[in-house]
Amino acid sequence: MPYLSFTFIFLIAPVSYLVIGAFQSPEGNFTFENMAGLANPQIAASYWLSIRLSLASALIGTVTGLLLAHALILGGMPVWIRRALTTFAGVASNFAGVPLAFAFIATLGRLGLVTVALKDVGGLNIYGAGFSLFSFWGLAITYLYFQMPLMLLVITPAIEGLKAEWREAAESLGASDSQYWRMVGAPVLAPSVLGCFLLLFANAFGTLATVIALTGSNFSVVPILLFQQIRGNVLYNPNLGYALALGMILIMSVSNVIYLVLRQRAERWQK
Amino acid sequence: MKRRFRIGPALITLAAALYFFVPLYAAFQFSLQMKRGELSFAAYGSVFQDGVFLNALTFSIIASAAAIGVGALLVVPTAYWVRLRLPKLRAVVEFVSLLPLIIPSVVLVFGQIRMFGSSSFLPLTTSDWGINSLLVIGYVVLSLPYMFRAVDNGMAAIDIATLTEAAESLGASRGRIIFSIIFPNIRAAVVSGAFLTFSICLGEFAIASLLNRSAFGPYMVQLGQDRAYEPAALAIMSFGLTWVLMGFMQAFANMKPGQRLFRLPFQQKGPRP
Repeated sequence: MPYLSFTFIFLIAPVSYLVIGAFQSPEGNFTFENMAGLANPQIAASYWLSIRLSLASALIGTVTGLLLAHALILGGMPVWIRRALTTFAGVASNFAGVPLAFAFIATLGRLGLVTVALKDVGGLNIYGAGFSLFSFWGLAITYLYFQMPLMLLVITPAIEGLKAEWREAAESLGASDSQYWRMVGAPVLAPSVLGCFLLLFANAFGTLATVIALTGSNFSVVPILLFQQIRGNVLYNPNLGYALALGMILIMSVSNVIYLVLRQRAERWQK
Repeated sequence: MKRRFRIGPALITLAAALYFFVPLYAAFQFSLQMKRGELSFAAYGSVFQDGVFLNALTFSIIASAAAIGVGALLVVPTAYWVRLRLPKLRAVVEFVSLLPLIIPSVVLVFGQIRMFGSSSFLPLTTSDWGINSLLVIGYVVLSLPYMFRAVDNGMAAIDIATLTEAAESLGASRGRIIFSIIFPNIRAAVVSGAFLTFSICLGEFAIASLLNRSAFGPYMVQLGQDRAYEPAALAIMSFGLTWVLMGFMQAFANMKPGQRLFRLPFQQKGPRP
């Protein structure tokens, strides 16, 4: 079958090559040294930065996306507003990468519209106060532009799946609004929300182009470090580069697999 | 449950809409300020007059189109065959098609560069032609999850077993069934997958940059370092383009088999012969 041979040669084999290389010394002997090498300060710092940034951006994206989905679906918004924002979310979740970085430079860069407006109108110099678009929180705010729409899109089926009968049943038994959410809504939604959080986490973890366009190669999250390693062997050890790649694959797989498992669990309620 | 207007949800929606709108407005406003003291489209003109821009864009359009072609040729017969004869393989094929969501593109291209290096059995990285092929192959892999899903959904909407039996009883060969019967029936699904592939590949950065191709993604990053107003103009244009591509993707994804997006006046109404 051409499909299976194509994917084997150009997807599975190259990735396996890296995985095997991660457990080999430069001479080709089996070793755990490369994996242990991930603990060196530069690489560990890079992983830690990536994980913190992805957690922060996924957390903000999950909370804001959930609030927005709740507001749009259960908050009595007119249908046209809901439809407009959902369409927009479809576009925005695909609007990642370099152009997104440019739009945010025009917004929150040193001469960005919002930066200047805050200074002129509110007298607030955000760069003087320590904010920079090209730092941790700047990146987190930029990521939110594709994370929140993605959350809105993936959580919508779960929120629509909350049946009106459940609410009516709870209310007729005398439950208050908060009791309904605590004892019915939250437990039903929890697997979906957790799953979507992990999807957003993986989404942020793999982001490369947006970071490069914003910060050059100065902000060394894992994809950037790997990018530099491929370009110029900055770790001075090719096999350590393979280990770095394997670490990325592991983190991406774990979060994606848990996402899929949780999604299947959540679908039980949507029949 | 009666829907009633409440202030909380309205505020949340308003805040989200503002967050979505402000960066676009800021980029637009910034892109108009290239000439001091007046608003003009000079930045847009400057982008289009740049020969490097046109070359990079053309290169990326060709690479994306090639990836769409190869991807469709790979996915359509496979999805057909798996649905018709090999449902047992379905899990494997689907799993493989989802792998690119787990493997970051930077890792994929890393593996390919090492695997097809100068001393390997297939030294693709040693020639210009080989590197261009690797780029297209990389794009095919990136788009597999979307292409497979679009085509598979398209197949679910038609009765491929009956179509195949009818074609076989009229003496059609395997290839002919796929190309003259199945393909036209799932055209809309393929086109929908194609638009998504196009929007992913056109501005792709990691693979193009690591293969040293002067594609559109690396060009944009370079422009961002060299210029001030042109990047904002590019951001606005890419957003517009993404919007158009997603619109087409949606329109084709929701189309019924055989239905046309636009019906020209001289085309006859009703089912075609």
